[in-house]
Amino acid sequence: MGNFEPVIVAFCCHYCAYTAADMAGSMRLSYPSNVKIVRVPCTGKVDTKHILQAFHKGADGVYVAGCLEGDCHFKNGNIKAARRVARVKKLLSEIGIEEERVEMITMSAGMGERFAQTATDITEKIRNLGPNPVKNIRDGQKQPA
Amino acid sequence: MITAERKPMEEILECINPYNRILLVGCNECVTVCAAGGRKEVGLLSTALQMAFMKEGRTLEVKEITLERQCDPEYVEELITYIDQVEAVLSMACGCGVQEIARRYATKPVFPAVNTKFMGASERQGVWSERCRGCGDCLLGLTGGICPIARCSKRLMNGPCGGSTKGKCEISPDVDCAWNLIWERLKALGLEKKYEEIMVAKDWRPSWHGGPRRIIREDMAE
Amino acid sequence: MKTDSVVEKVLKSGQLVVTSECGPPRGANPDKVREKAEMLRGYVDGVNVTDNQTAMVRMSSLSACIIIKQMGMDPILQMVCRDRNRLAMQSEVLGAYAHGINTMLCLSGDHIHFGDHPMATNVYDLDSVQAIQMVKKMRDEGKFQGGADIDTPPKMFIGAAANPFADPFELRVARLAKKVKAGVDFIQTQCIYNMEKFETWMKGVCERGLHKQVAILPGITPMKTVGMAKYMKNRVPGMDVPDEIVKRMGGVPKEQQAEEGMKIAVEQIQRLREVEGVAGFHIMAIEWEQKVPELVERAGLLPRPKF
Repeated sequence: MGNFEPVIVAFCCHYCAYTAADMAGSMRLSYPSNVKIVRVPCTGKVDTKHILQAFHKGADGVYVAGCLEGDCHFKNGNIKAARRVARVKKLLSEIGIEEERVEMITMSAGMGERFAQTATDITEKIRNLGPNPVKNIRDGQKQPA
Repeated sequence: MITAERKPMEEILECINPYNRILLVGCNECVTVCAAGGRKEVGLLSTALQMAFMKEGRTLEVKEITLERQCDPEYVEELITYIDQVEAVLSMACGCGVQEIARRYATKPVFPAVNTKFMGASERQGVWSERCRGCGDCLLGLTGGICPIARCSKRLMNGPCGGSTKGKCEISPDVDCAWNLIWERLKALGLEKKYEEIMVAKDWRPSWHGGPRRIIREDMAE
Repeated sequence: MKTDSVVEKVLKSGQLVVTSECGPPRGANPDKVREKAEMLRGYVDGVNVTDNQTAMVRMSSLSACIIIKQMGMDPILQMVCRDRNRLAMQSEVLGAYAHGINTMLCLSGDHIHFGDHPMATNVYDLDSVQAIQMVKKMRDEGKFQGGADIDTPPKMFIGAAANPFADPFELRVARLAKKVKAGVDFIQTQCIYNMEKFETWMKGVCERGLHKQVAILPGITPMKTVGMAKYMKNRVPGMDVPDEIVKRMGGVPKEQQAEEGMKIAVEQIQRLREVEGVAGFHIMAIEWEQKVPELVERAGLLPRPKF
């Protein structure tokens, strides 16, 4: 598992996490290149299906990064997203995949440091969990012992 | 509407375990409204099942289709194009839809992916509750529009039992006491006197106790 | 006289009726029934035999009633609508009467949810009001609920339950009126601890003249411990235990609580026997049957009339 580089998909809200990612960049804070950002107008637009599809296509981890509670530009998109993440967690565990592979994170646009730290932490966590068991099959590799 | 809830994944996986190619059929009617078996749920279940198979080193081919109404022969007929390409059918419709597929495609195994629950109404976003048991002899006109057959835990027809507490049923504080609702409603209508009329023993023949039921409209039936 | 029931005879004689109860065992040993019933001999006019009480399986009420009848005592057959449909209910009424059991109680029954078989079906073909109507029709018209004639109709003295404390309170007199209209002869109430509320209910009952049509027997349950008082107050649906009772039970040392509970029960009987419309008492000493004779004696309800 030594050379395993996880693929992480981060659905980032345009109004907070995506801007925070920019901020991290301009602050010259480095974060792992494993994190692939998908910009969304609001985390409320992220459907359960999108998250599950990311895993199906081989992502090792997914997180949804939205605004702090009470700060959603669309009132409660972030609350809805958090519930959908919880639903995906349940679905994953039902098919025997670690539910820790998906998380809901909140931050404000100014939290460049938090963005970088979250990206690093989650990458590390997924690295420890190992590859998405579904991906291994897809790539025709053997499951690591 | 008829409400339903997805079965546990484990049970669904056990049903389809012998197969590699399945047809996953949703329904655009009630189960779509109660978020159990519409197009979206079909997509989600399809992905989850494929992932579960991949995890075991297998592949599952899923043909997804959501019919306008799975309880109507004319729509179930649409499956004819795909039925020979699959080994089994997994239905996300209520029990009526599952049975319609079983009736039409005699040699194709069909499995339910949802548990059909009850005839209910939407209480608020994401919450549905039972309203009707289909007793075949509606008495809502006598009870202020609230059904004691469907909503009283003991199906009492002549008032609340001794367990009614602060408007709630003795079986759970989450369940309204139907007779409390009826009484409040009769009061609001100024029909308190109505409560004192005894409802005599119900004739259950028009209900499920009379055997499987059928409706025939002479002017329409062919 | 509608029946040969001792309860009816006592009522007719103008004296206070005293009934108590015996919960059948969770097993097939008839001696358990005999032991419990024997304690009550000579102290009560009728012994209620519960019917799968709290939805837990027990020896059938009818069988235990027969055992008690064979002891020369007077059982009261309790019958819940939860466990049988109208066919089974009527056949049991016939069977009971064939064994000389002439007093019964028509109940809805505790919901299956509370018992040891929560996975079973609830029957509720009838509710308690409809069950009263059915037994009355069997007795007075000699007809089954379905309309056919009965050869040798069962002459049952018909009882039912009432809970004056359940919600909505304002409906509780009307609920009783419905049972009276259905043809009930006597009522045993839920355990009474809140005297004021019971008296308010009784006032409503008397205002409508219902006390002249039905005999009302308030339920009396002596408390064993303060723990029991708290449990009844907080956990039993439809039970009204005022704070004073809990305080009073808690105010004496543990070893004197049982005696305090007995004192309270005696005082309750003494107060309630003065209330207009009260026709007797139903003493439910839960798992404490041996105390019934003492309570009946201390409350001044002895000797029981003989017929």
